[in-house]
Order: sequence, then C-alpha cells, then structure tokens
Amino acid sequence: MEIAVISGKGGTGKSSISAAFATLNGRKVIADCDVDAANLYLLFNPTHEEEIIYIAGHKAHVNYELCTPCGICANYCRFDAISFNGARVTISEISCDGCFLCSRICPENAIRMLQNDKSRMYSGSFRNGKMVYGRLAPGEENSGKLVNMVREKAKQVAGENNLEIIILDGPPGIGCPVISTITGADKAVIVTEPTISGLHDLQRTIEIVRKFDIKAFVIINKCDLNSAMSDQIETWCSNTGIKVIGQLPFDTGVVEAMVQGKSIIEYDINSDVSRMIIEIWNKIINTN
Amino acid sequence: MIKIAVASGKGGTGKTLVATNIFYTLLRNKADALLIDCDAEAPNAVAFFNVSQGNETEVTRMVPVIDTNKCTFCGKCHDYCNYKAIFIIPPFKIIRVFEELCHGCGACSVACMDDAITEKPVSQGRVTSFNIDERQAIIESRINVGVMSPVPVIQAAIKLANQNHDIIILDSPPGTSCPFIQTVSTADYVILVTEPTPFGLSDLKQSVDTLKSIKKPYGVIINRAGLGNDSVQNYLKDNDIELLLEIPFSREIAEFYSTGGIVSEKIPALGDRLFQMITKIISLNGNSSN
Ligand code: SF4
Ligand code: SF4
Repeated sequence: MEIAVISGKGGTGKSSISAAFATLNGRKVIADCDVDAANLYLLFNPTHEEEIIYIAGHKAHVNYELCTPCGICANYCRFDAISFNGARVTISEISCDGCFLCSRICPENAIRMLQNDKSRMYSGSFRNGKMVYGRLAPGEENSGKLVNMVREKAKQVAGENNLEIIILDGPPGIGCPVISTITGADKAVIVTEPTISGLHDLQRTIEIVRKFDIKAFVIINKCDLNSAMSDQIETWCSNTGIKVIGQLPFDTGVVEAMVQGKSIIEYDINSDVSRMIIEIWNKIINTN
Repeated sequence: MIKIAVASGKGGTGKTLVATNIFYTLLRNKADALLIDCDAEAPNAVAFFNVSQGNETEVTRMVPVIDTNKCTFCGKCHDYCNYKAIFIIPPFKIIRVFEELCHGCGACSVACMDDAITEKPVSQGRVTSFNIDERQAIIESRINVGVMSPVPVIQAAIKLANQNHDIIILDSPPGTSCPFIQTVSTADYVILVTEPTPFGLSDLKQSVDTLKSIKKPYGVIINRAGLGNDSVQNYLKDNDIELLLEIPFSREIAEFYSTGGIVSEKIPALGDRLFQMITKIISLNGNSSN
C-alpha cells in the first residue's frame, strides 16, 4: 500500500510527519519523492546499496568550429534561449528546454545536445526498513519522471523484502512532481497549517487530489497557532467531504528531534504529538 | 531599477513573510516598489495586502493541431518531438497529441512536410496585476491546476513588470530547480531565507551552490533563530557568507502571521531592520542593467 504525504506548500511539517510514520512499529519502505529538496536522508542516514544516474533532459551546445554563424537557430528557438548578435550565437543554459529543434535544423550540424546527468536516485536501508530517494541536480526539470523512478524502485524493494507499506514523502506545491507522487497511490495525507495561505494551498491541493480517485485525509499541523483558523479549515473540509483526521499542536520537540537526527516518535514516544500521530496513523491504515 | 529576489531552498521557511514585510516597509517609506509573486504553484502574497484587482492576462502555450486529412502519417513530427507528446500508429492512420506532455517547442510544425500541423493556444495560467491605493503594486503569477511547468507563467509575470518601478521584489518559487533558477536569474541580488535546522541547512547549501554557479550576489536571513541549532550560523561563518538578519523565533510572530497579518505592522522594529537591510543592499548592488 502506497501512502503519499503531501502539502500545498512547504514548511507545514510534512517531512517530520512522514518521518514519524516511517519510524512507527513495523518495518516499512520510505520513498522521498521531494526530489527537488530531499531531506529525509538527513534523519535516516540510509546505506547506499544502489546508485542510479537519472538523465534529466538535455541542453544544446554550439560547436563554434562548425558554426558559420548563420543565426538560423535563433529564429526557431521558442524558449528565447538562443541569442545572435550577427557575429556569434550564444545559447543560455538556463533557458534551453532541451527540445532538440536547433540541433535538427542547423545546416552545419554545429549544435550538439548534451545529457543532464547530474541527478541521482539512491536505494538502501535505514533503521526501520528500506529507503529510496532521488536528488535532482539544481536547475533541472522533469522532476516528475524522477519521482516515477523513485516510486517504481520503492515498489520493487517492497516486493523483494515483503514490506507491505510504502510511505511517499511528497513534494510541496501542485505541479508535475506532486501529480507524479499521487497518481495511483492508495491514500493521500495532506498536511496543512492554520494560516490563510495554508487554507488557500489546501484548497488547491484538494482540487488536484479530486482529479484522481484517491482517498484523502487532512492533518492540521501546529493547530494551536491559530485555533480559529484551524476550526475554519476543519469546517471547510467537512463541507467538502474531506476528513480531517487530526490536529497536531505546535511542539518545539519536533525540531529538537530533527536536530538530533530523530523523528518525534524516536525522540519522545510519550509526547502528546507522538501519541496523536500514532492515533492518526491507525486511522489512515484502518480506513478503507 | 533593482530586482531583489527572496528565495528559500525549501518552502515554509518564512520566504513570503520576508518578501511581504520588505515590500510593506518599502511602501511605508514611500519607495516606488513592486512585488511579483513568482511562486506560481502557491501564490499567497496578495492575501496580506488590501488590494484591488487590475488587469489579468492569460498565459498560453502553443500546441499542435493535426489535420488528419492532410497528414500522410510519415511520423516525422513524432520523431522530432523530444517530449513524446505525439502518438502515432501509421498502419492504422492514428495520430494524437498529448497536450499535457507538449512543451510547445514547435518542432513538429517544422518537421511536417505536408502542412498538416497548425497550432492553437492552450492556457497555462494567468498573470494578475493588483493595485494598492490605485497604483500597480503586486503582480501575481498563478498556474492552472495540473499544468506541468510554472516557468512560462513566471516569465510572463516578470516581463509584465517591465522597468516602471525603482525596486522590484520577487517572491521566488521554492526549491532549486527550473522555476527557481528562472526567477533568480533575472534578479540583481538574492536574499535566501532559511531556518536553523538540519533540513534548513541542507536546503540552504543547495541554494548557495546554485547561486554560485550562476554568479549571483546573495545574503542570508535566518528565520526562527533560537529554534534548532547553530549549524547554519557556523556554515555561514565558515564560508564567508553574509548574514543579513536574524529573525528570532517567537510564537507571537507565528500566531500573528497565521492571521494573514503583516508582522512589521505589529512589531515595527522588524520592519525597521528590514528597511535598513534593503537600503544597504540597494546601495551596494543597485542600478544594474538587468
Ligand atoms: S534545444 Fe530547443 S530550447 Fe534548447 S536552444 Fe535549441 S531550440 Fe532552444
Ligand atoms: S510542439 Fe514540440 S513538444 Fe509539442 S507536440 Fe510539437 S514537437 Fe512535441
């Protein structure tokens, strides 16, 4: 069973909650799908049993020995990546989308497409099971594909090790990597916080989740920072037919745990937050 | 004109708090400032201000439309498309465009020898301008739910701002991938907001490496100082990175911020410190040609 933990925005405590779930009783697979800012490996220090290179698209490069320079390519590029000053064409690595068009139309065959090969996927073990995570190199796109790779690997590892539960720590936002994280997952846990932006982002996230046939639960984290807003979110959710399965109070213990490289469960299993997380987890697992 | 981006490796570090408060203090001090919300997946800045809505523009991307009467099913467009957005089975005369996969590069149009491809605009999101006291103050980028990349919408928002303001504050998208780079590459200076935790440090390092590789000047604000540990401070010291400001952790700030309030309104000292900081940044980095 794949359980995706997501949030409309970053900083809601999503990863801390994923980490808590991952360290509860019973070995699990944890897959860090937040490939743009992978963090869980910092807490779990997994072994690297496998390292796989991920090709995140291509970038165009000019071979100036062959370039005449006619400047034709600059007229074709739709991403404003090629500039031509009459004497030299320059391709901006930042803007190039890697579409290959310039390399195809260049009459001198002077443009080569080079692979972006700095991104990685790792698979290994952590103290409560198996861990798979991806790290997208800065500036690279297509993180959705890397997320798919991470999930595939996580499923394979789960199968090989007879582990039933896979926790997907998702990326923030509502873009392509989020969609890749929840497509086909069994359950989605949406972590939000009681701020105005928290509510807005939650609404957008639920809009996405609804496009997929996936059972969704909401956790309001740091609920006591604004209990009126927490209640407002709870009401909005129940009117929309989405279940709020828990409100967690703000607890500096969560940060202290992180500083020590632990989840809140490992740091203080008897804390209020830990007890509530256990309750929440049981609800997630036992709701069909 | 100077463009200053406010960014953070991960979301939720207080990037929007910093961007909106800098903007607020600039307005209070009668500066000619504009805020662009480039966090197109989750734009939130507008909610902090009393605004009236101005112009709204749709941002589109051109995707191919294939005329099956003219198509000879040669498959050249399919070969040219690097994003696997064209699906073709020649023997069955089946050809389809997957619009969600299309990047709008136009390669297929160039490839087609039979004049079978035209293009139509498909909405990616919108750029909205908002006024405060009847002058343009905030530009918001917002992608449609389900759109793959926010980059075109972000670019449109930055373009719309043109040169009509003295100071432009860009509230950047989180992360260090394409949307982040597209935003910060247009800026003269980048303020990175982080928090003093292991996650914060790891994301900060990645942002710093990225900014170094594109040679942008930057400095760091530590938000929620006092929470966590001092590994971020040590990292900054060891690497000679400027610490612009520390915003102490306080429940009061967190609670007030959650109501959608501008913290500097309640704690004017924060606004004053941000204003001093930004004045210094402008005097040292201002008036570039970007
Ligand atoms: S590969 Fe495409 S996006 Fe990149 S420079 Fe060439 S035409 Fe432009
Ligand atoms: S415009 Fe580019 S991405 Fe879109 S279908 Fe044509 S070749 Fe593919």
